[in-house]
Amino acid sequence: MIKLNVNGKQLNVEATPDTPLLWVLRDDLQMTGTKYGCGMAMCGACTVWVNGAPTRACQTPVSAVVGQKVTTVEDIAQTPAGKAVQAAWRKLDVVQCGFCQSGQIMAAAALLARNKRPTDAEIDAAMAGNICRCATYVRIRAAIKDAASTLP
Amino acid sequence: MSTEQRALPSSDPSRRDFFKIGLVASAGLTLAALVPSALAATGDPTKSAPVFEPNAFVRISEDNTVTVMCKHTEMGQGTYTGLPTIVAEELDADWSQIRAEGAPANAKLYNNLFWGKAQGTGGSSAIANSFAQLRQAGATARAMLIAAAAKQWNVAADSISVAKGVVLHKASGKKATFGSLAKLAATMPVPTDVKFKDPKQYVYVGKKVPRTDSVAKTSGSAIFTQDLKLPGMLTALVAHPPRFGAKVKTFDPTKAKAVRGVVAVVAIPTGVAVVAKDFWSAKKGRDALTVEWDESQATKTSSAELITQYRALAQTPGAVAKKVGDAASTLAKCTKRVDAEFEFPFLAHASMEPLNCVVQISKDGCEVWNGEQNQTGDQFAISAALGIRPDQVKLNQLFVGGSFGRRANPKSDYLLEAVSIAKAINQGATAGVPVKMLWTREDDMAGGYYRPLYVHRISAGVDAQGKPLAWQQRIVGQSIAAGTPFEPMMVQNGVDVTSVEGAANLPYAIPNLQVELHSPRVGIPIQWWRSVGSTHTAFSTETIMDDLAKLAGKDPVAFRTELLAKFPRHLSVMKLAADKAGWGKPLAPGKPGERRGRGIAVHESFNTFVAQVAEVTVASDGSFTVDRVVCAVDCGIIINPDVVVAQMEGGIGYGLSAALSGSITLTDGVVDQSNFHDYPVLRLPEMPKVEVHTVASTENPTGVGEPATPVIAPAVGNALFAATGKRLRKLPFQTSELKA
Repeated sequence: MIKLNVNGKQLNVEATPDTPLLWVLRDDLQMTGTKYGCGMAMCGACTVWVNGAPTRACQTPVSAVVGQKVTTVEDIAQTPAGKAVQAAWRKLDVVQCGFCQSGQIMAAAALLARNKRPTDAEIDAAMAGNICRCATYVRIRAAIKDAASTLP
Repeated sequence: MSTEQRALPSSDPSRRDFFKIGLVASAGLTLAALVPSALAATGDPTKSAPVFEPNAFVRISEDNTVTVMCKHTEMGQGTYTGLPTIVAEELDADWSQIRAEGAPANAKLYNNLFWGKAQGTGGSSAIANSFAQLRQAGATARAMLIAAAAKQWNVAADSISVAKGVVLHKASGKKATFGSLAKLAATMPVPTDVKFKDPKQYVYVGKKVPRTDSVAKTSGSAIFTQDLKLPGMLTALVAHPPRFGAKVKTFDPTKAKAVRGVVAVVAIPTGVAVVAKDFWSAKKGRDALTVEWDESQATKTSSAELITQYRALAQTPGAVAKKVGDAASTLAKCTKRVDAEFEFPFLAHASMEPLNCVVQISKDGCEVWNGEQNQTGDQFAISAALGIRPDQVKLNQLFVGGSFGRRANPKSDYLLEAVSIAKAINQGATAGVPVKMLWTREDDMAGGYYRPLYVHRISAGVDAQGKPLAWQQRIVGQSIAAGTPFEPMMVQNGVDVTSVEGAANLPYAIPNLQVELHSPRVGIPIQWWRSVGSTHTAFSTETIMDDLAKLAGKDPVAFRTELLAKFPRHLSVMKLAADKAGWGKPLAPGKPGERRGRGIAVHESFNTFVAQVAEVTVASDGSFTVDRVVCAVDCGIIINPDVVVAQMEGGIGYGLSAALSGSITLTDGVVDQSNFHDYPVLRLPEMPKVEVHTVASTENPTGVGEPATPVIAPAVGNALFAATGKRLRKLPFQTSELKA
């Protein structure tokens, strides 16, 4: 039995300690907003927050987050940055297929949570690890700036 | 599509019949209660069942929800917004009451009108084939709502108006919602001659409406196939052979079965499936599995070998796809000519959601949950594999995490693999259990069905005045349609039209034009990839046009303009892109040591016309950035301008990704790439600024999902030439050739 703190809830899961957090979220906890895209931390589709830091859940053994605070896309609207990012994503209709967007939103929200006025170069650096094959990048950039403008 | 020629299901069940089949199939598993939330749908589920269904596309509930049944897959291209926009316009609905839902597989109701009797999404056809059909559907529903109001209020129908979801009798001030009239409307006769709106009255078409799927896709709640969970469901991973065409010889399941959570290890036609309670167990099981492969029929070719063979073939005459005048003898008389070869690698689609599919077999048939793109073809293929009728194959539509063509596989490859797993475990304790087959990124990358490798050879020449006289082009590459149900329709006189599209219909006024094709048979599985033939023909033709302009001593835009007199839509997008880009004005200089350039390309695909001007900056080491792309598009009547812009932006990014780094290679039959580290794709820092301009038009709408993609590579290549004087004819671009 492994004890987890996900989205502020204490949860117990039956999983081997080496199981990636991604698959615990998806298969054990039915939280499927966090996606599998590559399994080697190359695409960012599985991005969650661990203690507020954007983290690739596919390369994070579940045992490594015991005692840590995990936040997923399902709960990101509870943070000011997450709420602003989600609203900007909707306002600008960023999504296309949508599969990578949970990870994009988690990465963008993490950026704005620590830096409310990112420069273009800071946006590029923060988002370079998140692939979007629909190439919604033009709107991701614009939406991050839009979200930033709404944050006090 | 040749499925037309096949026998259609003896009985095409209505949706209700399908639903009944579903209920029977899932008896005891309480599936029925879960299915609605799993279907691809936007907005909240209706609180009550629809009571007014005037046709297959419009459903109105008493809670005032208008559900638009979308016969085309939403895979990012905006169909769940575009198709409802057309209905909402003619219905005069309020956008807030519209929800989109993926239509079930039913070719009788939901066939693609461009594909004969088959249902499916492809060829950028969703809006184009649906425009008249959905205007009719919306206008019919509106007329019946008016008829219902007229009856209820005892007034003349022509004294009633509808706007933003409100039915109004102005004289009396009586008002009603669609929901309140729905029951009565259902009893009204279906009119046969409804009038469509005057486009001047449009309130949604041509304006921005919010995407219907934005909320679900930004909250993590949209259900993709990867996300589906059914009671008792198992997860399967398949060990595939290292080479295409190999088969399982023997396998030892002992270690795999010892992994906790592994339920079964079964041989299937395409490999060995490890079936487990969840992904991680299946993965560990597969890692522990040992398989010996029979490679006697396997393909052991290499990309380098294919290129050598193709280059030799390109020196020999091929099947004639286009012949005007006498290109060969005229070329000999040209004062100036260019002779060039182009190389294009295999390309993976590499959608963000690796392939997957959920299948459950029961005594009544087979139920599939999938990001489904080729409904009728897949129903036939699965029914043939299981020895059941096509109407016993129920397909549930889920959201699609990208496809770019891959999920419309003419051989139904991944669906049949999932079905074969469900069939193999359909016994004992696992009989009738739903199984989710997941491909890892590595499976997906090495799984074949690539955009084929091509070699082109073009010889073209101009006269002393710089007027093009002759163009001879040979294309060498596997036929996508050959050996598929699409062959009878797409292969004519030995020419696969998808191999030569974009070249055989070259728009420029060149009096002697010959296009030939070689379609060697190679055992590498190949498939269409966003914009199909144009992925290669746009690059070779628009690069040669730039060469000819140079030979003629003319500006590339002025040169093309002289040759496009009979193609006003090509001309207008090219002029628009050039104007907006500031063509002819000098570019701002780069930093010391940097070279800058601007290039243009124009191309039509799927009856949509796109021109792009790219601006590049090349560093002294040859590395370069694409700084800005100005894009102009003519897609007829624009349904959703913001979706058109999004598809241009995304199409440019997808095409640029391939041009910069997309390449699948084979060595002795083994795919060299496995994941995003060795198949790099475009990332945010590499995305140029994109400006999109649309041409106002009254022509019927055409598609936008694909046509932006093929134009970017030649626009960038021509910009690199302008910047460096070096001509790159091989994709992806080799930056080493651009060193100062």
